Amino acid sequence: MKPLTISAYTAVSAAGRGRAALLSALRDGRTCLERKAFDDAQLDCFIGEVAGVAAHTLPAPWRDWDCRNNRLVDMALRSDGFEVAIAAAIALYGPDRIGVFMGTSTSGVRQTELAFAARASDDSNLPDWYNYRTTQSTYSVADFTRSRLGLTGVTVAIAAACASSAKVFASAARAIAAGTCDAAVVGGADSLCLTTLYGFNSLQLVSADICRPADTDRKGLSLGEAAGFALLERSPSDGRPALLGYGESSDAFHMSQPRPDGAGAMRAMSLAIERAGPGNAVIDYVNLHGTATPANDLAEAGAVVELLGREMPCSSTKGWTGHTLGAAGILEAVIACLAVEHGVIPMSLNTLTVDPAIKANIVRETRSVQVRRVLSNSFGFGGANCSLLIGRSA
Amino acid sequence: MIACYLQSVGLAAPGLKNWLAGRTLLVSDDPLHKDPETPYAPTLLPPNERRRATTAIRQAFRAAEDALRDHASDPSRLASVFASSDADLAVLNRICNALTQPERQISPTDFHNSVHNAAGGYFSIAIRSMSTTTSVAAFDASFAAGLLEAATLANIEGCDVLLVAYDVIGPPPLLAVRPMMTSGSCALLVAATPGPATLARLDLQTGAGSESVCSSAAAEELRTGCPALRGLPLLELLAKSQAGECRLKMDAGRILRVMVQPA
Repeated sequence: MKPLTISAYTAVSAAGRGRAALLSALRDGRTCLERKAFDDAQLDCFIGEVAGVAAHTLPAPWRDWDCRNNRLVDMALRSDGFEVAIAAAIALYGPDRIGVFMGTSTSGVRQTELAFAARASDDSNLPDWYNYRTTQSTYSVADFTRSRLGLTGVTVAIAAACASSAKVFASAARAIAAGTCDAAVVGGADSLCLTTLYGFNSLQLVSADICRPADTDRKGLSLGEAAGFALLERSPSDGRPALLGYGESSDAFHMSQPRPDGAGAMRAMSLAIERAGPGNAVIDYVNLHGTATPANDLAEAGAVVELLGREMPCSSTKGWTGHTLGAAGILEAVIACLAVEHGVIPMSLNTLTVDPAIKANIVRETRSVQVRRVLSNSFGFGGANCSLLIGRSA
Repeated sequence: MIACYLQSVGLAAPGLKNWLAGRTLLVSDDPLHKDPETPYAPTLLPPNERRRATTAIRQAFRAAEDALRDHASDPSRLASVFASSDADLAVLNRICNALTQPERQISPTDFHNSVHNAAGGYFSIAIRSMSTTTSVAAFDASFAAGLLEAATLANIEGCDVLLVAYDVIGPPPLLAVRPMMTSGSCALLVAATPGPATLARLDLQTGAGSESVCSSAAAEELRTGCPALRGLPLLELLAKSQAGECRLKMDAGRILRVMVQPA
């Protein structure tokens, strides 16, 4: 594929608002996870909560869209001058030629949880303040983003669980190649809620300890929340990072367990590399999906070793931000851009002893080194896999 | 402009139990007999997944299996796009109710079925396809968003793509905040190049304009009563085997123009 320049990008996560906060957390090796309860959840675990969401307000025309998830979206739009970059893109392309591709898994479900909790009895209606379309609906996050940025181009929500906001890059790249739009806003958001905390807990995948990717004693994930954006354009990169390739696959195995042989993961990674072309085949770092569940980390590392060898430096950054589910793809794409622009390979934070069954080269100390290209993995329920190759084009 | 070649059609809606029946009924003046639908047991799913499949997943499979019934080639290479405004409101309802109880016990099966891409996940397991499956949502414009995604995927990746649009009427109290008149699903198998099984060439273009409506009041009731059935005007054109155009609603006052040229 022809590389697409990532001409603006930003993220909001437990590390803070914007790229500088995330980069400094990565460099300092400082986890942003805290042992605390989300709202009135009774689970003893670590979470990656974004500070300031409760106090954040949406601009007046969008009050109907107010919910935790869209507040995260709004916070991200205001970070790193992203909305200013979109205004410039509108002047260049026109509002109808910029597509919007947004990933989410649970959208505004926290609002629905609150609405159910506010009912007088089981057979009462939901309260008047609850607006399904603008909050709970899967499309809400894309609808809000499009309207808030003043765009009228093709707009869609991609909801493929934890691969959602990686797959938006693939859909956007295809739409640009097909001429449906000239540029694309890609991004995603997922916010903390009881559904995912108690849901992953029901599958015994929430760790009481902090998440420890690739560790011998990893017990599962720590949940986080995030929102992030990137602007994809065909213009020359001028030194900025670019989307060089993407690969998507299905495990076709199980709804909530990864294929133990890692074949789906390997297919996604090899398709991303293939699409980038032989000139871009040199990869310096793999940002793993690395949820710190026993099954994922073993299968994924096996696939990396088989495809890229035992020497390929790789790590999961979930130890900083937690698993941000539908936002993980965009958050880790932003980390890939930071790695390339600032020459940093983040360590596998919180990993004490690497599982001897994991043969991959798990990075144990954050390195300052030239990074040309990063392969970023995002895998989700339903066996949805997506890998992105991000970096400088040869 | 994006061109794709339609290979087969699937349909499951009240009174239109499959495409074979639907393509006759959609062009006749006979009233639709909207009998209550019998529960559907997907034939492609392994027993474990069949047992866990929710009503929404069964609704998606009903149209998907109808479209694949006469499909000669190996489905294990198919890519797919699942388009649904709301996926599974019954699962959402059960989870949100469970969270109001003191013990907050969510069923693990409900949790993995709660993801919007559950139908796509089950489908890839059913046809043993490791090709990509994507789940898209665009509220009432989900069908058009799905068709555009499927045609684009077929074109750029050069693969056959099954589009499955499905939506299932939700239980109270969600029905009051997301009203639907009926459940329904339809499926279109599209390819990047024409083949012996090609039914029609479809040319897609986004633009401005008003959306097409169905020619009969009964079909129009289905179209407006279920987001997944917003594509019925396109199916009407296909049933007539006539060249023509239909306009499907997208967001922000735009439409997806679909030009149909029968093979």
